[in-house]
Amino acid sequence: MPADSLLIALPLIIPLFGVALLLCLRRVPERYCLGITVGLCLLLTAASAGLVAAVVQDGVLVLRSGAWPAPFGIALVADRFSAAMVLVTAVIGLAGAIYAIGHGTAKFRGFFTPLYMALLLGVNGSFLTGDLFNLYVWFEVMLMASFVLVALPGGRPQLEAAVKYLVLNFIASAFFLVGLGVTYGIAGTLNMADLAQKFATLEDPGMVLTSATLFLIAFGIKAGIFPFYFWLPSSYHVTPTPIAAVFAGLLTKVGVYALIRVSTVVYTGQQDFIQSILLPLGILTMITGVFGAASQFLIPRILSFHIISQIGYMIIGLAFFTEAAIAATVFYIIHHILVKSNLFLVGGMVGRQLGTQQLKRTGGLYKTAPIMAALFLIPAMSLGGIPPLSGFFAKFALVQEGILLGHWIAVAAALAVGLMTLYSMIKIWNEAFWKAPPVERSAPLSRIPVTMWIPVIGLAACTITFGLFPGVFFEFAQDAAAEIMNPRAYIEAVLLPAELLDPGEAAAPAAAEAARAIEAAEGIGADAPAPAESAPDQPSLP
Amino acid sequence: MEILLPIAIGVLFGCGCYLVLRRNIVRVLLGIMLFSQGANLLLFAGAGLTPGAPPVIAGTADTFDGPYADPLPQALVLTAIVIGFAVLAFAIVLVLRAYQRGGSEDLDDFHHSEN
Amino acid sequence: MSDYSTSILPPAARLLVPVLYAFSIFLLLRGHNLPGGGFIGGLVLATALVLRVMVQPDKAPRLDLIVLAGIGLMVALIAAAVPLFLGQELFTGVWGPEFALPLVGKIKLGTVLVFDIGVFLVVTGVAAKILLVLLAQLLSGQTAPRRRS
Repeated sequence: MPADSLLIALPLIIPLFGVALLLCLRRVPERYCLGITVGLCLLLTAASAGLVAAVVQDGVLVLRSGAWPAPFGIALVADRFSAAMVLVTAVIGLAGAIYAIGHGTAKFRGFFTPLYMALLLGVNGSFLTGDLFNLYVWFEVMLMASFVLVALPGGRPQLEAAVKYLVLNFIASAFFLVGLGVTYGIAGTLNMADLAQKFATLEDPGMVLTSATLFLIAFGIKAGIFPFYFWLPSSYHVTPTPIAAVFAGLLTKVGVYALIRVSTVVYTGQQDFIQSILLPLGILTMITGVFGAASQFLIPRILSFHIISQIGYMIIGLAFFTEAAIAATVFYIIHHILVKSNLFLVGGMVGRQLGTQQLKRTGGLYKTAPIMAALFLIPAMSLGGIPPLSGFFAKFALVQEGILLGHWIAVAAALAVGLMTLYSMIKIWNEAFWKAPPVERSAPLSRIPVTMWIPVIGLAACTITFGLFPGVFFEFAQDAAAEIMNPRAYIEAVLLPAELLDPGEAAAPAAAEAARAIEAAEGIGADAPAPAESAPDQPSLP
Repeated sequence: MEILLPIAIGVLFGCGCYLVLRRNIVRVLLGIMLFSQGANLLLFAGAGLTPGAPPVIAGTADTFDGPYADPLPQALVLTAIVIGFAVLAFAIVLVLRAYQRGGSEDLDDFHHSEN
Repeated sequence: MSDYSTSILPPAARLLVPVLYAFSIFLLLRGHNLPGGGFIGGLVLATALVLRVMVQPDKAPRLDLIVLAGIGLMVALIAAAVPLFLGQELFTGVWGPEFALPLVGKIKLGTVLVFDIGVFLVVTGVAAKILLVLLAQLLSGQTAPRRRS
């Protein structure tokens, strides 16, 4: 067996190894730690690419931790969507780590690299898990790392941002827990595939809708959708650039991923309800986010508000709930992660060169740094949806599907918000690059280290590749959407009965032992591997 | 007996909600504490109660004899408590630092990250 | 300014700390089938370390507690990943011989015990670190805001 298992496990083992190693190397100078981090991220990228290749070839892969059969143990599941997300996470992780070398991480007092790896660990775990409680644990791993990363620089803005970020996300976690309690009360299981089957045979839909709503609130806060996004624009922009870029690319998308996963696997019978809530919320998310951005003059803050408005597109894609719309959403998510992280990185370069990211005090970079201007223009135009860049194809597919389905309000909002996004990007372009530099330049222009250029150029190249060969990526997104919308294969792969496991495997005795234990317990009397799984960051089994 | 748990959960959530909406940061902290305790209790109660039957197989037997409490939610609650403990420990230090740094415990003064 | 050098606490701590050390190991080893385990054992050990520092502030642990947590994480990771390289699934228990210890009872060697030791080290390191940082704050009396003049 273990080739597949190893491929699924590596995206978790590599960052966890990184956390452990880098904690031990705390006294070692930071530049060596950053070098190790970059090396590990390269490994992670290679391993994730291998996972994507394996998933494309063999379909859904499942790792049953401890060889416990599915609803009793924790299953880690990789399908096209989750594998692609893991790969994008690795790419962003790599970009952020390289950028951090040039940016400097002295403010983090030696804790930058272990926390950074813990963040990637939590994100990868959230993408790969097939169990709702395990998802909660991975969320917490990710959030814990991000809380500390926000607070550690220790200035007054960072501490205050961390308080807001922590309180709102803690409340989201409480909602998540309540949802888990209700769900377990209804179905007696928290494995997503098992839940899908249990919910399909349930007579009383009332409690199912309750649990769906609770999850919607919990994931909605993490994803930053309309009434719950206030924590986002008041915390991201105070963090140092590499962290802000990774947060902007990945954290909200984990929430979106969870929404898509849960509503397509578990709540397939509640489509109408989910659609009726998500569609208006998605439209409002787009509009409020983009208006928020229009009134801002600090580059990362503008970009933070644009995360919200772009999340809106993904949410309406999910709310359309057709295969083509989900395909567009998958494409949109991957495009957005690459582009948004890149914009934050370029914004950081502007700040590095001029000593400020406040648009009222910037200017003239078009003349002094033409390459930087070009590198800003690529992701900015992509975000605004200008052909032939990736954002155009993402928006095009989404709007086309909206027209076919007759969701006119959503289509109109999507187009108008696209225009407003372009306006915001042009505002940054005008103020930072195009206009004459302000008369009193406080500090001389600083040099940009080469380690800042590499990730920005690399991510821009990704965006252009997406734009030049959209067919390849769209085909992948369509296959992924087909898997998402027909969760049969997912459910069957996870719930494979114990006797169907290859008896020649070395794991068979353990599986048989597990089956016996289950028989004896008539249900759930297993050794609860659930909390043991959580041990990477939060050792938990007294 | 079972009616007591929903009442306790309701009281915890009610008090938590009230405290979270206060301006004093320490009360907000207490509020989210109560909130998470309410959530833990709900997770525990959601699985149903089987009093007086711990999920432990007697020393002489091979299997369970009669009904027994579902151990999984207990394990889940334990995990949730530990995670909540870790987050709260961090939150307390964070609030202390923010107070030292800014000199205020009023959330209305927490606007330095907004511009 | 808090002062723990009263006439009761130091003698009591001198008696308690060794007992707590032994008790934490006891809890760690019996944890697989009986109440106890790495988590509880780690908490008890962390309490012992903190109690020692409370009465003798110069006796801070010499090993960096964060490094201790890192080592523990590594041990746990190895325990979880070893079965993967023996052709079994992640987290599968790989068992060795069983033997009996006085007081503790039967102990079965295996990756599960190694994992528990990893948890023990992580919890000890993190819990002791949190408590010592808060204690240092308390002892230096620096809980009031540093007002700018």
